[in-house]
Amino acid sequence: MPRLTRRDLILRASALGCSAAASPLLTPVAFASAPTDNRLVVIILRGAMDGLDVVQPYGDPGLRVARPDFAIGPDAGATDLDGFFALHAGMEALLPLWQAGELGFAHAVSTPYRNQRSHFDGQDLLEAGTAAGTEGGSHEDGWLNRLVQTIPGATRETALAVGREDALILRGAAPSVAWSPASRLALSPATSDLLSMVYHDDPLFLDVFDDAEFYSGLLHGEFGDGGAEDMAGAMADSLRDAPRSVSAQSLASFAAERLRADARIASFSIGGWDTHRGQTNGMRRALRNLSGAIAELRQGLGADWDRTAVLAMTEFGRTVRQNGSGGTDHGTGSALIMAGGAVRGGRVLGDWPGLGEGALFADRDLMPTRDVRAYAAWAMAGLFGTDRAALESHIFPTLDLGPDPGLLR
Amino acid sequence: MGLHTMTASPTLAAIRFGTGLRPGQNAPDPGALLTGLGGADTLQQRYPQDSYATRIALGRELTRLNRSRRDSDEADAAFLEARRQLSRDVLRQLAITLARGVAAEGGAALRERLVWFWADHFTTVGGRSYMRGSIAAYVDDTIRPHVAGRFSDMLEAAILHPIMVLYLDQERSYGPNSITGQRRGASLNENLARELLELHTLGVGSGYTQDDVRQMAELLTGIGVTGEGELAFRPNNAEPGPEVILGHSFGGAPVADLSEIRAALRALSLRPETARHISGKLADYFLSDTPDPDVVADMAAVWMDTGGDLAQVIGAMLAQPSAWAPGPGRVKRPLHFIASGLRALDIPADRIASASANAVNRIASLPMAAMGQAWQQAAGPDGYFDDDREWIRPQSLAARIGWAMVAPAELRPRLPDPRVFVQGALSDAAPPDLIRAAARAETRAEGIGLVLASPEFQRS
Repeated sequence: MPRLTRRDLILRASALGCSAAASPLLTPVAFASAPTDNRLVVIILRGAMDGLDVVQPYGDPGLRVARPDFAIGPDAGATDLDGFFALHAGMEALLPLWQAGELGFAHAVSTPYRNQRSHFDGQDLLEAGTAAGTEGGSHEDGWLNRLVQTIPGATRETALAVGREDALILRGAAPSVAWSPASRLALSPATSDLLSMVYHDDPLFLDVFDDAEFYSGLLHGEFGDGGAEDMAGAMADSLRDAPRSVSAQSLASFAAERLRADARIASFSIGGWDTHRGQTNGMRRALRNLSGAIAELRQGLGADWDRTAVLAMTEFGRTVRQNGSGGTDHGTGSALIMAGGAVRGGRVLGDWPGLGEGALFADRDLMPTRDVRAYAAWAMAGLFGTDRAALESHIFPTLDLGPDPGLLR
Repeated sequence: MGLHTMTASPTLAAIRFGTGLRPGQNAPDPGALLTGLGGADTLQQRYPQDSYATRIALGRELTRLNRSRRDSDEADAAFLEARRQLSRDVLRQLAITLARGVAAEGGAALRERLVWFWADHFTTVGGRSYMRGSIAAYVDDTIRPHVAGRFSDMLEAAILHPIMVLYLDQERSYGPNSITGQRRGASLNENLARELLELHTLGVGSGYTQDDVRQMAELLTGIGVTGEGELAFRPNNAEPGPEVILGHSFGGAPVADLSEIRAALRALSLRPETARHISGKLADYFLSDTPDPDVVADMAAVWMDTGGDLAQVIGAMLAQPSAWAPGPGRVKRPLHFIASGLRALDIPADRIASASANAVNRIASLPMAAMGQAWQQAAGPDGYFDDDREWIRPQSLAARIGWAMVAPAELRPRLPDPRVFVQGALSDAAPPDLIRAAARAETRAEGIGLVLASPEFQRS
């Protein structure tokens, strides 16, 4: 089915007798009814986060043996969580959330991706949500988009990819929009019509232009009253400001703003996890960004935080042993970070595989004991009532959901 | 191999294989592109960049100033000024890159496009110390001399350049059984070895294994960088060989040295997996993000027949009739879009080369970042985006349209008539709808903006 353009929607709205006359162009009011009150935020941690350093199994003697130069456990500044795991000092700012039961973890998780350890294929598989062996192919859609497909009444405002990268996780047949803080399109109605004509025969440009007009209009209203000067000024400001609004905190703040309005699903990514050297500093920086983003979401979501689950996940973990440069290389199992007022946190979930002789994957990596998609699936089931068949066959093909870990309150 | 003179058009030669049309300038003869590519590189001399040695000296000076900045207010001010100068220098490197692209015609423009391609293929990002100011020098030293030469020469130059060694952490990788490894219990760092196989040569999924990565990492041990920013080989760090990579044995000499590593790089450059991977990337860059497998196979065959002669591989691509098919081509990357926009607006290259840092930031650097191509700041060693749909996102298209509508008036106080501009910018590639739209725009700025924002101008 061809995608609906803004103009189609206006025509339909008119045909249905909506008061399209009050606003000649589509406004947020026209399609404001959100299909659900719950919110899901997925943060992609690009670069392979070392789960063993973030949530440190300091009770496992193998960790110190494999990482003699790393700061490990409560004696080295981390915070004890449960007598076995300790939280890296870089996440200190989130300890109140842990104490409130609004921050939790699942350890020894991974996608089905094995052995190749390529960031780029690994991230594609994480976002596509598909089975082992599908990496390297061209992925048509991502698992969050397939979730949106199952939500009745989802509109273009329901799902939002924040930031400038192409978010495969939200790509697909269901409506979703990508936008960055401070981005802006400011065209006179006449220029907008001419540009639609110019884009008419190029489906990529036509569709994306339509999304850009829709979202910019949603945030800033339609242009038309101001003169050409104002429009040029607005776009010049945006060209200047948009590249400066890409910090993890700006992305989180923008996501929270939209989630308080009509968005229910948002995704953005945080990089900086590829700690091949000097991991002590790199991890601290990356965790400060992640903690800042989660704190910003909580702050920005206000009362809606109680209806929100945040999942932060990465393409794979890192080697159990430190490398020659005070860092770690590409591995397999890592950890999942969960936050939100809807989350039953204060726990580190998962079957611990151990770090001793023979326990590692390929004698180098943390052995994954559960598919990270299973946790995401249970979170969606809890938030949106997504049924098991849809989760195991459509959203995450070939996933075995397994027992309910009881992620939500 | 002959060009398809029936289909090859001068307009496409400029738009698809060059940096775009300039009004009043004849479009290039398609048959002369390859000869031009092989000709003298005059633009590097006309628009020179700081040498690597200069950048190292400036970088070391900045480090020295940083160490002494707490000594006095003057010392602090000197450090801050040097740091601001570094930012201005990085912007100047963008201005020079653009000026070369804007000045280039015919085969020389093809050379600039290839320099951009290979700088992305061998991406480095200057995160720390003197690396930040040195990326343009790295590109001039390792990429530029070899774009019409042998891939093996470029591969060696790039992989063994100190900036690449530092970027992918090779200088602190130790053979576990080397003298240093044994003394300190130090071990490998797999980063460069993995990306060398995955990104720079064979390509992911082409059949190499984790063992090959490990063996490659062992072979690369010993490479280091001196405090003066020069490549060094430290036998004490080198894992005793031999190492077996894809079934072939390398190294194992009583005293390890760079020659073993060079031999492995040469072997990798001649592998059929490498030929296919990089031919595919080149076809993807110039022709289509789903390139015709037959075109790629032809290019890879020429690669294998000629020992990776890059001019001949490009020649094999230009000889394909489908390379000259009119109609929608690849979406231009932001650097390409802006360079071709400057040409269409008839901005002299000299003016770009001498522009102030502020102007370069406003006209090029910030807009490029908003379009998804932050200058010298790719997100990882795989470089910038690849697919058209990654480049054309709502927010990045808004930035492209924004540049199209805003930048021309800033660059040219008297804007040309859009009806004239569309002919100069696209010639016979301008579709009737676009010509009509340009004529109907309410203002000159909007008419020109429509042309620059059009798919015909955004694509190549």
